Amino acid sequence: MSILLNKDTTFIVQGITGREAVNLTKECLDYGSKIVGGVTPGRKGREVHGVPVFDTVEQAVDNHGSQIDGSIVTVPPGFTKDAVIEAIDNGIKLVVVVTERIPRGDVAEMVEFAELNDARIIGPNCLGLIVPEVCKMGGIGGPAKDASKSYKPGVVGVMSRSGGMTTEISSSLTAAGLGVSTAVSIGGDAIIGSTYAELMPYFEADEETRAIVIYTEPGGRMEAQLADWQAENNSRLPIVAFMAGKFMDDESMKGMTFGHAGTIVEGKEDSATEKIKRLEAAGITVVERIDEIPDAVKERIGS
Amino acid sequence: MIFYEYEARRIVEAAGIPVTRYGFCQTPEEARKIAEEIGGPTVIKSQVLTGGRMKAGGVKFADTPDEAAQYAEEILKLEINGHMPVGVLVDPKAEVKQEYYASVVWDSTAKKPLMLFSDMGGIDIEQVAEEHPDHVGRGHISNLLPVGDYEAKQVIAATGVTGSQLNRATPILAKLARLFREKDMILAEINPLAELTDGTFVALDAHMEMEAEAEGRQKQLLRKDLGIAEEDTRDSYVPSEFEKNVKEIDAADHRGVIQGKDHGFEGNLGLVIGAGGGSLTLTDAVRNQGGKPANYSEIGGNPSVAKACGLAKEVLKKDGVEKIAVMMSIVSNTRVDIVARGVIKACLELGKDPAETIAIFRIPGAWEDEGNKILDYYGVEYCDRSVSLWDAAGRAVAKIQEGAGA
Repeated sequence: MSILLNKDTTFIVQGITGREAVNLTKECLDYGSKIVGGVTPGRKGREVHGVPVFDTVEQAVDNHGSQIDGSIVTVPPGFTKDAVIEAIDNGIKLVVVVTERIPRGDVAEMVEFAELNDARIIGPNCLGLIVPEVCKMGGIGGPAKDASKSYKPGVVGVMSRSGGMTTEISSSLTAAGLGVSTAVSIGGDAIIGSTYAELMPYFEADEETRAIVIYTEPGGRMEAQLADWQAENNSRLPIVAFMAGKFMDDESMKGMTFGHAGTIVEGKEDSATEKIKRLEAAGITVVERIDEIPDAVKERIGS
Repeated sequence: MIFYEYEARRIVEAAGIPVTRYGFCQTPEEARKIAEEIGGPTVIKSQVLTGGRMKAGGVKFADTPDEAAQYAEEILKLEINGHMPVGVLVDPKAEVKQEYYASVVWDSTAKKPLMLFSDMGGIDIEQVAEEHPDHVGRGHISNLLPVGDYEAKQVIAATGVTGSQLNRATPILAKLARLFREKDMILAEINPLAELTDGTFVALDAHMEMEAEAEGRQKQLLRKDLGIAEEDTRDSYVPSEFEKNVKEIDAADHRGVIQGKDHGFEGNLGLVIGAGGGSLTLTDAVRNQGGKPANYSEIGGNPSVAKACGLAKEVLKKDGVEKIAVMMSIVSNTRVDIVARGVIKACLELGKDPAETIAIFRIPGAWEDEGNKILDYYGVEYCDRSVSLWDAAGRAVAKIQEGAGA
């Protein structure tokens, strides 16, 4: 039925009094998510759309009276590492990091801390994740009424390096009657908390999920890692991939970054052409056009 | 931020890694003076941010201070791969017994820095790794724990290096790893790391690159220690007029983000597109259907009317642009009506008919009904989410080709 989130998932928002965080809190509450607190140092005692604000994560956990499952972190880049570690140190196991432009040394540090504490980080530089009609954790899909248009429950797990394309692709899967089991905006940075391959075991264990769609870009080795995972694990899940940014393979575009921070072609290995080759060699269907995704999924699951 | 060799040497020197007694200068006279102080044969090296200096004649060996001055003069005038040097480095000619390689880079799969060491220095490490894998040692370091000397030792010992060489190289690699983490580098490389005939080790050349996102917290190093000016961004190419203007418009208003690039693009279809992933998808979709984009752009984060208008105007002002296509993946934050207002305003202010100028408007999502009303009023063709990004791009291409045929 879903990965990482369910109807009982509780979470907090760190940085809840920020302009974007206030909107995001409303969107998630409207969608039915259980936000049990917010944290902004020095703002204890306030409320954001009825959610109590605390100075520390510890206070939020005390107030809740039992463990809190997750946190959305949307604080400025210089404060993000500390906020993420604070959440994990207070027993939170799922952290969605929305913040952009965090130095990768900080990202790597919080990811290593998460690993040591059996916690999982999604992002940074992401819109979070959504289980259609159950729970939305992050800005993914936008306001509840818009999210409901794009996301209907179904059989496809979606993972995307682009937040916007997560919704674009999910909307096309919804329109085609396939629907979405869980969609995850994994983030566009060079180092992220959860890669495709690292999330595959969750989808593998989710009975409702019958296929995976990934949106991918040039730069990095995440696709090679997924290809290796697929080749080694004999997964029951067919994967359909769409690769954007093929124009970046042109010689004149070498060394330039387009879109996300992680999108830069430095060597031969991280070019679009090379990645497509690797994915296909691992039995992953790579579609040429974005609108071919739903049919390719139907073909792979035989419906 | 990519560093010149003379800056990279200062960085490794400050980390306690031995270097030769080099000098950086910008005139032949200064070069002569440094060579006199060194008092022996010298190497004059062009300071440029590009490879292949040696081949291009940017590195020369001088026996006397006069020769040093003469070579400095030649090298200061020599353009290498389109780059003029910012100066020359005057280095004592080292008596090298053996060359090694030491570096630290990010391994994004392991999410940890990776130390690399080889006893075959001076040449391209990728080639060594391919042809002599047993001569390359590797080891990850933790992001949380301090780097231990033993970790560097293991990496070096894995290449078969032992004896005093192992003991002298170990602290150098460990210090390089510490500096990589402390100074937010994405590349820290010493090549060659030289063992001199007297048995000592020195860094003869170094390459350093700092992550852009970390520059704000490395001001001490950048502005004070190295004296690099704020505006010295060291982009790998000179930004175009279009790119500069878009950047200015973006900086003038904190709401939303716009970006524009036209390096490598010279078509007739202007693209006003977004966001990150949508822009990549749409640029491919236009090109793969025979269209010729005039630029790449990104809109995101709910920009103001002025910002959307500013981007559209800059695109329309580009040479050879006949029409613009305004397209995004489904938006949840950016408002459709605001972008619609912005692009129509741009057309009107430039005396163009929006219905003629905007080949297609495809932005579904937040406030789309309000946006559609405005587009209807001006007769602009638009489409909703049932038209894919591919098909929307196709319509724009078809329209501009019809126009060309007529």
